[in-house]
Amino acid sequence: MNWEFQRYFVAIFTRNVLEFLFLICSLFNNGLFRCQFRVAFTSVAADPSIVNLGQGYPDIPPPSYVKEALAEAASVDRMNQYTRGFGHPSLVKALSQVYGKVHGRQIDPFTEILVTVGGYGSLFSTMQGLVEEGDEVIIIEPFFDCYVPMVRMAGAKPVLIPLRLKSGNKTITSADWFLDPDELSSKFNSKTKAIIINTPNNPIGKVFTRDELQMIADLCIKHDTLCFSDEVYEWLVYRGHQHIKIATLPGMWDRTIAIGSAGKTFSVTGWKLGWSIGPEHLIKHLQTVMQNTLYTCPTPLQEAVAQGLLRNFELMDQPECYFSSLAEELEGKRDRMAAILQEAGMTPVIPEGGYFMLADVTSLNQDLSHMVGDEAYDYKFVQWMIKEKKLAAIPVTAFVGDESKKQFEKYIRLCFIKQDSTLDAAETILKNWKKM
Amino acid sequence: MCLFQIIMSRRLNARRTEGVDKNVWVEFTKLAADYKVVNLGQGFPDFSPPKFVQEAFCKAVSGGPQMHQYTRAFGHPPLVKSLAKFFSRIVGHEIDPLEDVLVTVGAYQALFCAFQALIDEGDEVIIVEPFFDCYQPMVKMVGGKAVYVPLRPKVEGSAVLSSGDWVLSAEELASKFTPRTKAIVINTPNNPLGKVYKTEELQMIADLCIKHDVLCISDEVYEWLTYDGNKHVKIASLPGMWERTITIGSGGKTFSATGWKVGWVISSGHIIKHMKTIHQNCVYHCPTAAQEAVACGFEREYQLFGTPESYFQQLPAMLQQKRKKLALCLESVGLQPIMPEGGYFMIADISSVKVDLNDQSTKDEPNDFRFVKWLTKEKGLATIPVSAFYSPEHSKEFDKYIRFCFVKEDSTLDAAEDILIKWSQGQ
Repeated sequence: MNWEFQRYFVAIFTRNVLEFLFLICSLFNNGLFRCQFRVAFTSVAADPSIVNLGQGYPDIPPPSYVKEALAEAASVDRMNQYTRGFGHPSLVKALSQVYGKVHGRQIDPFTEILVTVGGYGSLFSTMQGLVEEGDEVIIIEPFFDCYVPMVRMAGAKPVLIPLRLKSGNKTITSADWFLDPDELSSKFNSKTKAIIINTPNNPIGKVFTRDELQMIADLCIKHDTLCFSDEVYEWLVYRGHQHIKIATLPGMWDRTIAIGSAGKTFSVTGWKLGWSIGPEHLIKHLQTVMQNTLYTCPTPLQEAVAQGLLRNFELMDQPECYFSSLAEELEGKRDRMAAILQEAGMTPVIPEGGYFMLADVTSLNQDLSHMVGDEAYDYKFVQWMIKEKKLAAIPVTAFVGDESKKQFEKYIRLCFIKQDSTLDAAETILKNWKKM
Repeated sequence: MCLFQIIMSRRLNARRTEGVDKNVWVEFTKLAADYKVVNLGQGFPDFSPPKFVQEAFCKAVSGGPQMHQYTRAFGHPPLVKSLAKFFSRIVGHEIDPLEDVLVTVGAYQALFCAFQALIDEGDEVIIVEPFFDCYQPMVKMVGGKAVYVPLRPKVEGSAVLSSGDWVLSAEELASKFTPRTKAIVINTPNNPLGKVYKTEELQMIADLCIKHDVLCISDEVYEWLTYDGNKHVKIASLPGMWERTITIGSGGKTFSATGWKVGWVISSGHIIKHMKTIHQNCVYHCPTAAQEAVACGFEREYQLFGTPESYFQQLPAMLQQKRKKLALCLESVGLQPIMPEGGYFMIADISSVKVDLNDQSTKDEPNDFRFVKWLTKEKGLATIPVSAFYSPEHSKEFDKYIRFCFVKEDSTLDAAEDILIKWSQGQ
């Protein structure tokens, strides 16, 4: 295998998507630094008046007790020094309690849990630990953009399958996107090492149903493959829907790695703590990767997350529990976002979970023929929208492979975990869309 | 375990995890945790970071919401700016904060990015022994071939050795360079020995790097910890070396906050860009608040550099006292320490110790591993075996040394002394 070629490929792939995301991020930083990639968006200057619904992080504050727990942890001498490599003891024990309850089984904190640098770090440890040259990994489109480069970096081949839209519904929700069973089945072969699922899904917001997960599970068992389940948005599920853990289906615990995130759970993306939960015979290989990549995660952050988890474990199933109160708060923002997008003439895809919403811009009939370059329509649309409307979003073809671009190029992704003032500003822009 | 064989009939773990599953830290920190010990093993301070960085951290935590959300992936802007400003002055080269600096989760992840980005299958990497143990599995994981060259004591059998007496043979080093050599890894001040490479020694290495067109990965995490007037020299500052050196630093070692896991790489932009590619596919972002705190730390040190208030003066001054204390203690019980010129470790020769290591569970392990485990379990004193820092081909020569960490409160060092004295008195 030509490793050099592989690395180059990884670089090329990630450039497109992450350059764009980086640019969106840079808009928020008041021109403190210049855009460092050669992008076509150089004409878009860092402008604090741009309403940023692009990159997925909250501009609402995290719960105060979580910040307080961090300040408290940092005041304890020992908490500023190395802790246990595979996860700070109080954190893995708290995770074992919370997830033991959710899974309905005993989870060993030391052998069945690994703490990583964000959900991202868990994905990396999983790929590096369990995937290699000669393997194929099935990825469902649209996918969180790092899955493909990580699979490639592990030397394996990504096999893509798109979610498809059921036709004929007036109001579109993320539940209208589904996996075709025959198409999915056709992607499995003797080389398939794993399938990656993301539920709730970024960017569509789909929450896979039990039947859908059972279909995937049946194929995993039939073809003897692993399942990497990215569940970072697991608590952000709206009324009428339930997050189901594929690892709880029969035969699946022993072949599943479930990934979670403190950043998404507690609205602290800048803490970069996540975890992988699974059987010892899989987790041990992720631990091997961990001890050879960064060895251990920051201590005070882990201690603070442990405190946050324990507090909410006591409150689970009660309205004060942050795991459910955040979802309730976001449901209101979701519904508001959907309404104002419709006002502008876009067609929102109402998400069942997560904090992103797709909007179909087809009906706007925005003519972008004056824009040069061979990028997909959504890339051009977003550039145009940033410049003309001062509103930032993410083009959805960033989350799909080449063959599916046509299917998704009329969609943009907006993030709604934002303060009311941010949504107010977005509303003003969208209300006035047709007038400008 | 029978069950897992039924679950997956084909190969489960990736081959890159083979042969890198043992880890001395995982093994020995667990041992220290399982027994009630005085811990002079793993290298972390048992006192707090200096007030000014702790305050900076608390300020960051109570700062605006941005402190708890993603920052710039390749390094929080205040941090890369303060690192660039601080180190430009030292290296004598204008460092671009966005192009020439990458922030990582500890120096450990910086090393990982360096090997992943720069070493291909079949490349040779020269590693100077004794080496921080992770270099070897990291080279293995990328399919590189490690080529070892040991530091050796100049004079055998003298009473008190210094780490300065351990040197590289010029001929032996030169012989290790081949057309396949991609990089050499040096660590100065060195862990575990404490050697602080002199300019002439670094020049010898630099000459070979330039002659053979090889990269130099320079692990300088202990750069501020030098004693007896020894100066830390950056190989990147030597002529012709900036464009081929990867210099790695650590917030944890610099500010006695190992649990923050903030590290960095400083190098020429054309090298950093490849490390950024790895980083963005590995962790992507590093935590924000700790980076903000380390940035404040460097701003302060920039203003106070070279003055008595500088932490970079105070910490080595404090540690020099502890170094002396530990050395006296070890000598008094018949262990022969090697005085480190830098770092916060001291190795001691245990050849003169006669102990009945009758632990059957360790009988196939190297002598120093067995001794360290015995010392932990039987005497409650944790240390680290030095042969863990050597290649398989040379470890036998060096299994008579164990490593003590002295970045500890005096009370900890006193407790260690009590244990050693009691033991030497036959208790």
